[in-house]
Amino acid sequence: MALDINETIEGSFQLVGGNFANAGEASSQLKHALAELGVDEGIIRRAAIATFEAEMNVIIYAAAGWLRYYISSDRVRIRIEDMGPGIEDIELAMQEGYSTAPDWVREMGWGAGMGLPNMKKNSDEFKIDSVVGEGTTVEMTINFP
Amino acid sequence: MKLENIVDELSLDVKTCMEGLGNEVTGVYVSDLLSDVMANSKDGNIWITLQIHLNIVAVAGLKNLAGIIIVGSRQLQEETLKKAEAEKVTIMTTPLQAFEAAGRLYQLFK
Repeated sequence: MALDINETIEGSFQLVGGNFANAGEASSQLKHALAELGVDEGIIRRAAIATFEAEMNVIIYAAAGWLRYYISSDRVRIRIEDMGPGIEDIELAMQEGYSTAPDWVREMGWGAGMGLPNMKKNSDEFKIDSVVGEGTTVEMTINFP
Repeated sequence: MKLENIVDELSLDVKTCMEGLGNEVTGVYVSDLLSDVMANSKDGNIWITLQIHLNIVAVAGLKNLAGIIIVGSRQLQEETLKKAEAEKVTIMTTPLQAFEAAGRLYQLFK
């Protein structure tokens, strides 16, 4: 179901490492934007989960980052860029259960090694690039059926 | 089943968002891993956890959960309570541990 919109609807959020209080704001706003446009609930759910996990990754691991979303008539694209430590072994990081999160993050119930796999699972297209010492960029696309 | 029936049945202490007591409950999910709850809980579920920090509110909101039950009489952080009121997420507490709370709810839903 393509949406009846001519222009791309965009949103942009600054994420600050360690700021757990704002976690979920970007995903919550994207969720409401999609709901207002009448997007299918299953699609909204996938976009919200993928976006929330992406927010958490920046907050847990990076110094700062940006999350931007672009809603067009046939899909939503979510792009996250961070100034973080970067990921040494992306293949390993994509494995369910693998995590480098410190203990205090795990005690909060994060850092179970499910974030990146959850993001990939909920996306139709998933791209990740990372340079150690520079940062990580993730781009996720969810198509509207 | 409505959330208020469950509150009565388990004598839960409602800490935030009384207006959520009319929510229809579709089932229960038990986990302390937030990514797991995001991945596997369903719309309208009650979530049983011992986590008390404010990210539980965002998870419950995003997943349209019917409410959160905090087990073991854990005291919620003030910022969690405030956020839950603002985001209209019903949080309840119980002295029961997760096993017993889940077991009682299982009896109600089976």
